[in-house]
Amino acid sequence: MRYNILIGGSAGQGMDTFSVLLEKILKRKGYYVFSNKDYMSRVRGGHNFIQIRFSTEPVYSYDDELDIIIGFDQNTVNFHSDKLKENGVFLCDENVKWEDNRTITIPMLKIAKEIGHARVFGTVGMGAVLKILGMSDSKVDEVFETKWEKETSESNKEAFKRGYHYVESRFESKEGTAENTILINGNQAIALGAIAGGVSFYSAYPMTPSTSIMTYISSKETEANLVVEQAEDEIAAINMAIGASFTGVRTMTGTSGGGFSLMTEALGLAGITEIPLVVANVQRPGPATGLPTRTEQSDLSFILTASHGEIPRMVLAVKDPEDAFYQTVRALNIADKYQMLVIILNDQYLADATQTVDEFNFDNLSIDRHIATASDIDLENYKRYEVTESGITPRVILGKIEGLTVIADSDEHTEEGHITESSEVRIEQMQKRMKRMDLLREELIEPDYFGDEDPETLLIGWGSMYGGLREATELLQKDGHKVGSLVFGDIYPLPTNLLEQYSKSVKTIVNVEQNYTGQLAKLIRQETGIHCEKNILKYDGRQLYAKEIYSRIKEEVL
Amino acid sequence: MNYNKEFDNNTEISWCPGCGNFGILNALKISFTELDLSPKDILVVSGIGQAAKTPHFINVNGFNGLHGRGLPSALGAKSVNKSLKVIVTSGDGDSYGEGGNHLIHNIRRNIDITHLVHNNQIYGLTKGQGSPTTAMGQSTTLQSDGMKVDPINPISTAIALGCSFVARSFSGDINHLKEMIKAGINHKGYALIDILQPCVTFNRINTFKWYKDRIYYLDSEYDPFNKLKAFEKSLEWDDNIPLGIIYKEEKIEFLDRFPHLKGKKSLVDKSLDPKEAEQFIEEFI
Repeated sequence: MRYNILIGGSAGQGMDTFSVLLEKILKRKGYYVFSNKDYMSRVRGGHNFIQIRFSTEPVYSYDDELDIIIGFDQNTVNFHSDKLKENGVFLCDENVKWEDNRTITIPMLKIAKEIGHARVFGTVGMGAVLKILGMSDSKVDEVFETKWEKETSESNKEAFKRGYHYVESRFESKEGTAENTILINGNQAIALGAIAGGVSFYSAYPMTPSTSIMTYISSKETEANLVVEQAEDEIAAINMAIGASFTGVRTMTGTSGGGFSLMTEALGLAGITEIPLVVANVQRPGPATGLPTRTEQSDLSFILTASHGEIPRMVLAVKDPEDAFYQTVRALNIADKYQMLVIILNDQYLADATQTVDEFNFDNLSIDRHIATASDIDLENYKRYEVTESGITPRVILGKIEGLTVIADSDEHTEEGHITESSEVRIEQMQKRMKRMDLLREELIEPDYFGDEDPETLLIGWGSMYGGLREATELLQKDGHKVGSLVFGDIYPLPTNLLEQYSKSVKTIVNVEQNYTGQLAKLIRQETGIHCEKNILKYDGRQLYAKEIYSRIKEEVL
Repeated sequence: MNYNKEFDNNTEISWCPGCGNFGILNALKISFTELDLSPKDILVVSGIGQAAKTPHFINVNGFNGLHGRGLPSALGAKSVNKSLKVIVTSGDGDSYGEGGNHLIHNIRRNIDITHLVHNNQIYGLTKGQGSPTTAMGQSTTLQSDGMKVDPINPISTAIALGCSFVARSFSGDINHLKEMIKAGINHKGYALIDILQPCVTFNRINTFKWYKDRIYYLDSEYDPFNKLKAFEKSLEWDDNIPLGIIYKEEKIEFLDRFPHLKGKKSLVDKSLDPKEAEQFIEEFI
């Protein structure tokens, strides 16, 4: 059992609340839920829509064959009615007109006004949706009661009931059986990972679609005892984070492409001063202002070398909210362990896509600071940038060791941290810094593989392409194709074992990416010499979904 | 004047002989000594420029960051360790040009930082171009036919923004300078100290004598809490340049604006446990 619902309307009509509550009710009923948002860069008006998919089986991507459309505006008819299935239902208020036998019109606003609160008109529709789906009204009351104060909750319950009884059931729904799940989006998962991973200082400048990370962490500022600072610009944001990290706490900053561009000089600062730093870049389509509220995976090539000069860096892409949570904690640990820059790549699609995932397990998490105390160092001879076998020098917290001061410098520096132009020292310090990449390579995570044991066609993708590729692979396998997919999380340094193994036996390698130039394919060619023969690329700001990947592979590759 | 020799380090100083920076460096060491501070409890942050090399020439914690970006790094450091005395030492180009935006916003924050601007009215490190405080019409190695933009008045700007401590001093008067630095460090909030400092190589106009002939000291009659009078005072330049604390304002310090940080240990001292974040999972169930 699997249903796809689309909610369309203009900004300010309460679609977000409608969707959040419906998702929560479905989740509490034991279904697997996946929802993604498509919104315009405006506060009022325009046309936005949210797609909710739910099932008794896990869901990883969205689909555009719709069972139910809820239309809050006429544009919903114009833009989406062609995707409604033959047996689907178009649900709307009297203000929206669609002459079609699949339309069910409910006087939502009129009912809401009878109840005494015009604002609850959407809840009338929600009641109707659950009835149409053939579901009981279980979990509704508890979700409403958690969301609202008593009075508001009561009028919404009434609205729900009126809508529920206004229509007949059209579909049958099996009971949901999912247990111990949570409903969370990609950015919330990164933010929760940051808090669990011990971030004490988060500085950022608001930029869509990264802002919700800052908003979430900020909402926990008191309970988690940390500081979130809205910087005057992204340059300030990253330099603040570096200053706080130098002093001794875990820090993080987050932004999107334009802000990341402003941060690039400071990436080099973190590199040359060997200060741990985690930067989240939640991508949106560029260049310049691009498409502010939409999605793309087009910052990869840029991020691999962003900042002048050469520094050690790690780039990892998150694949779903669960992965985003654990990888954020891991990124913070790696940054501290190797005293280096770790960049987390997310994108608008995953940032805003809400998904049911297994409840996060906090028991196995650890915070490994790798901080030296007085007993770990030889005070007389301590040098912050001493050249060591591994390239890593013990790091201390400022002001904690009697008689010890530390200096960090953006210039090339001696082992003591003072400016130098010595050729020998330059070579030693460059080697010291870059050497840690060898250690990092030892602990890389290979990409996920799913599909045929002996594939003829290998699909390759990264980050948010995970869900779509997973379902697309299943669909292609059902058609009898010998297909497998490799999806990269750790992306730089590039883990190459599985890639090299599969590339030897497959006939065709297809790169599936959300950009124009095939950036992962370029990286793979650069690092391994392996050539992806085909590319499935998309750069209109809308995420490739499973069926789309499936059809394009059928048309363009197989 | 003596200072505690533990503030000395053996780094070779790369400033020109006779540079005004030497006076500022000495005044810093004397101020730290007279305030009875220990090197490990001080952090000197800078951007880029001749003045910004200061952290290398004194034995305290130092952070020599990016051009114009000393202030944000200093804010990050102070925010997580309130027991550190955080001083920013940078030039007029770094503080008023490249980093001008950070000046504005850290005055708004009133973070407890002492910001020393080594104001020599010229670019030294890059060899003599005009700076944000170079006089209109003054010729430089780049603007050979004279500056075509007005100089910024940092004192007026800071007062207009409601900076809680605004002072001016002179690198040629170490006694006055160290008193200003000490007052700045003791001030709980953002202290801007604009220090007139001759560049002996590239600024042939604003020489030691030029400053000496024009400076005068604010006396005890002067009330720095009167904003309008302070603004009027800040406009004095050309023939009479006032030195001293020009403006003060009672204001809540940045970290005191976070109720949850009050009376607590610095963030750098808090213990970390991932399990503590488990409470936040509730809203996603």
